[in-house]
Amino acid sequence: MSLSRDTLRGWGFTAPALIWTLAFFVVPFLVMAAMSLATLEGRTLVWGLHADNYRELLEKRYLWRAVVVSLQITLTVTAVSVALAYPLAWIIAFRVPKRWQRLALLLAILPFWTSYVVRSYAWLTVLSKEGVVNQVLLSLHLIAEPITLANTRFATVTGFVHFFTMLLTLTIFANLIQLPPNYRRAAMDLGASAFQTFRHVVLPLTLPGIVTGAFLTFVLCIGDYITPQILGGNTELTVPQVIMVQLGRRADFPLAAALAIVLMGLVTLAYLACARWLRLDRI
Amino acid sequence: MTAPVTLTGLNHWFGTYHALRQIELSIEAGEYVTLLGPSGCGKTTLLSVLGGFVQPDEGRVMIGTQDMARVAPAKRPTTTVFQDYALFPHMSLRDNVGFGLRMAGQGRRARHAKAEEMLDLVGLAQAASKRPHELSGGQRQRVALARALAVEPEVLLLDEPLGALDLALRRQMQDELKQIQRRVGTTFVHVTHDQEEAMAIADRIVVMNAGRIEDEGTPQRIYRQPRSLFAAGFMGEMNQIAAMGTGAALETPLGTLPVAASGPQTLCLRPEALGTTGSLPLGTAVVKDAAFFGTHCRAHLAPEAAPEVILTAHLPPGDVPPPGTRIALAVAPEDLTVFPA
Amino acid sequence: MKALPWIFLAAMGVFIYLPVGALVLFSFQGGTLPVPPFNGPSFQWYADILGDRDLMAALGHSMLVGLGSSAVATLLGFTAAYGLARHHLPGTTLMRAMLIAPLCVSYLIIGLGLLIMVQRLGLGLGLSLGTAGIGHVVINLPLCFSIIYASMGAQQLSAERAARDLGATEAKVVLLITVPMLLPAIAAAFFLSFTLSWDEFIISFLLTRFDVTLPVEIWSMLRSGLSPRLNAIGSLVFLVSVVVVLAMETLLFGKRK
Repeated sequence: MSLSRDTLRGWGFTAPALIWTLAFFVVPFLVMAAMSLATLEGRTLVWGLHADNYRELLEKRYLWRAVVVSLQITLTVTAVSVALAYPLAWIIAFRVPKRWQRLALLLAILPFWTSYVVRSYAWLTVLSKEGVVNQVLLSLHLIAEPITLANTRFATVTGFVHFFTMLLTLTIFANLIQLPPNYRRAAMDLGASAFQTFRHVVLPLTLPGIVTGAFLTFVLCIGDYITPQILGGNTELTVPQVIMVQLGRRADFPLAAALAIVLMGLVTLAYLACARWLRLDRI
Repeated sequence: MTAPVTLTGLNHWFGTYHALRQIELSIEAGEYVTLLGPSGCGKTTLLSVLGGFVQPDEGRVMIGTQDMARVAPAKRPTTTVFQDYALFPHMSLRDNVGFGLRMAGQGRRARHAKAEEMLDLVGLAQAASKRPHELSGGQRQRVALARALAVEPEVLLLDEPLGALDLALRRQMQDELKQIQRRVGTTFVHVTHDQEEAMAIADRIVVMNAGRIEDEGTPQRIYRQPRSLFAAGFMGEMNQIAAMGTGAALETPLGTLPVAASGPQTLCLRPEALGTTGSLPLGTAVVKDAAFFGTHCRAHLAPEAAPEVILTAHLPPGDVPPPGTRIALAVAPEDLTVFPA
Repeated sequence: MKALPWIFLAAMGVFIYLPVGALVLFSFQGGTLPVPPFNGPSFQWYADILGDRDLMAALGHSMLVGLGSSAVATLLGFTAAYGLARHHLPGTTLMRAMLIAPLCVSYLIIGLGLLIMVQRLGLGLGLSLGTAGIGHVVINLPLCFSIIYASMGAQQLSAERAARDLGATEAKVVLLITVPMLLPAIAAAFFLSFTLSWDEFIISFLLTRFDVTLPVEIWSMLRSGLSPRLNAIGSLVFLVSVVVVLAMETLLFGKRK
């Protein structure tokens, strides 16, 4: 087999990125996978093919409970975010006059660019006992006493939904605006109501975009440590939080690696569930 | 399923741009009308007003006996064949064609039967289960036509329907469109910028320019006796010669012609009207160059009386005259048209 | 019914701007708690953070890591995109999949993998800003690659062919034709990488030790509870991001009209 000059040069251009990805993504991942099969004897690490960590995961309630909590939060967040972002993107794409469209979109996602840590913190101040939300509800006499909003799953979900609604609005808007306007015109011309046009034409055609956005939401949400850590208040732990506990206090790297592999498994399942519609090369 | 259309006092602005200027137009039931003009002339806007996609700022749009100016597209007895066809890519041809019937609440069996009947009308009965992306451009065009006709509209609107097709296919589809229109009897309003296409299919052509109707009438009438200089130029190649009217006659560089006019005028002559056999002599001219075109021989001529005026003529295709040949020019008086300059 | 979309739009506006509004408003708080009632405006917290050595050092580190990792990610993303788009290589699909793969993996897992590799295998890399930068290149490379790869169209290809036809070497073609023509995509990739790296927490948290980036520093400040200081630093970071985003918007998208 002889390599042409063209191929050799192509390798020359492509190799650095491939090597980087190999060295700092694939290899660490394999090391981590191997680590998940190692075990701790006292404080010393023993490599090998042990299933101890995975067994522990099934046996200890606080570990598998974290998987359940993570899945519940992530699925809720994904569903609520899509439900809020779709109409928002729709209104910006089709109701807001053309000349204001870019501005409306920019405004709708501007807070997206606040620092991730800061955004969760800001929600904490807003939802705290003395925070804006409680103050407003009190002054409207909707509640008699401040209610506990911060340090709950509600707070975690709210923080996540805020972030992902903006992200999804952007991706769904991009999908809606790419749709040739004559599709909607043709549907209405043939007698479809606004809802029928949405149901039979726009929704099926934007489904790949929605699913891609939802998948991205799933991946980012299930792997996030910050938001539940700041807003959830340790009342219940998610998988990333448990991983960080293993790394910190207990220095149990093998168990942390096993949990990370489980997280990967969940993402893979989500991927398989929506593979039919995914267009990852078009994010 | 056909209705007349009457437009009265139609005006529309896009911002400060006056897109439709005082349009008055009547279209008879079952007529095939083309709106012809260059891009930006307002023909597509006019079609959008008929379809309900643009609400005119002023004026009335009567379809049958009802004013439609404020009625939504879905509620109008019109359907549109879009320039890009706008076939729904996620539906089979059957579902595309049956879409309007489905929206009207027809049952699956009835609408499939009707959809297949319409696909048969356009010669695509075999392809009912295919998706639009599996079709050629011409086939997509037919599906778009079938889809628009399936709901039995009173008026069918076609927005540059053949614009995306190559020339041979366009000519073939023109014939088919005409045949289908004869068969279904629906009023067709067809927008195009191609005057040959307009002449090939229309019962009546409406020539538009800068938001106005410049001329309307049968293809022959508009081609032979256009009512405006714009219509004259847009319908085909035209020799335009500056002239001066003296009341009873017209002074031209080619001599004095018996045409009543006064003041500065533009004399218009089609290339094929210039020849050697007409009753009205125009002096002699020298052939500058000539080329064989199959159906005719296209020549540039310099009249001896005014060598700076170069005329284009379509001479009989017999012998191609070599440069320098002298020709005695003559025209038929009815082929002369004159417009104030 | 007609008003429904606008009511929804207004409600979403409140939801989206509620935390940011509170953040910025209470950064001017006169007291020591960033909650109502507001008694200000006071600039004491801004003075406080601008005088904070650790915070300003962290800000500098974030800039450094952001600029460095984005530059490397953009460069690698560009060369890979060029190599795959312009040369016929066996296994192109597989290589594209591998380059995009980190996009589907949680940052936490990428950071954890690197942490384990660095800590357990040594490899001469300690925990430092540089290691965090390596991690940021891993997460941003897929984005840079896809953005630039997607914009390599037929238009550039014919310009490149024309240049080669006129005698340019491949290096000249890349520098004089491809890069200038793809500049909007390259700049977009760079800016996006920068904003992501600038804001990234978990990888920096796991892979740095003594010198930390801004999000990690803010995180450690957060442990001492709510304070208008955090509002002030948060508002400042937001302002920087907004300026970068607006600059990108006007530079890259303003011209296209």
